[in-house]
Amino acid sequence: MSGEHGELPIAARVRRLEERLIAAGLATDEELDEILERVFTSASPVNGARMVARSWKDPDYRDRLLADGNAAAAELGFGAGTRGYLLKAVENTPDVHNMIVCTLCSCYPTALLGPSPSWYKSFAYRSRAVREPRAVLAEFGLELPDSTEIRVWDANSETRYLVLPLRAEGADEMDESELASLVTRNGLIGTAIR
Amino acid sequence: MGGQTGFGPVPVEDDGQFFHADWEARVYAIVRVLQRRGVINAAFDDLRDAIERIPPAEYLTMSYYERWLRAAEMLLAERKLLADD
Repeated sequence: MSGEHGELPIAARVRRLEERLIAAGLATDEELDEILERVFTSASPVNGARMVARSWKDPDYRDRLLADGNAAAAELGFGAGTRGYLLKAVENTPDVHNMIVCTLCSCYPTALLGPSPSWYKSFAYRSRAVREPRAVLAEFGLELPDSTEIRVWDANSETRYLVLPLRAEGADEMDESELASLVTRNGLIGTAIR
Repeated sequence: MGGQTGFGPVPVEDDGQFFHADWEARVYAIVRVLQRRGVINAAFDDLRDAIERIPPAEYLTMSYYERWLRAAEMLLAERKLLADD
């Protein structure tokens, strides 16, 4: 099958597959366009950052997030985007730093973290994060003390993770949107402090 | 992939874009629509299983969305869901 179209440029091969799906009644052009429109407009690391900011402001929300990530996502309106898998939030503390990898492919809560970075899908990250996380974090410029325990979570299609970074200093004086602006996508994956 | 060695440093730069070619976006949409149709299950693990069944020598030469494309083609062929050419 790949052999039969192997000589086609990949864009032509994709278009060919689309045409065959449409002919088989499995897709329409409009539906494919709508799916892309939705992902471009709704999936964003701003969503995960809002969950983090709420957790920093509201200890009860933090408890609910750690107990049931899907329910906590739904509270902020991200329920539809996190359906179909278990969302688990893992909390950084002064002694424990969490980081997420998907060694098999790239499982990741796109609705909350936005597009997965190229490096998250790279062979280097996927192979090395589980073997030498400290060295990998250093490549991101994140040097952790030897006393900090690093916990690496290997995501799969059924369970996906969100890192709850350490609470920002001065959080009491900031409102939620200011706090959310401090949180980056790398922070939500655990390759940055926040 | 987990624990293998020899892949070098992590390419830590990223532009925050979802896709880097139109065809990548179309592959993404195709996989999502197949998920809606139940050809690929909600948790995605049959797509992932198909990706894992790509022979390693080919797997390592493919880009990320090329592997998705190949896996979707495999599942559709195995389930005989498309008319023959």
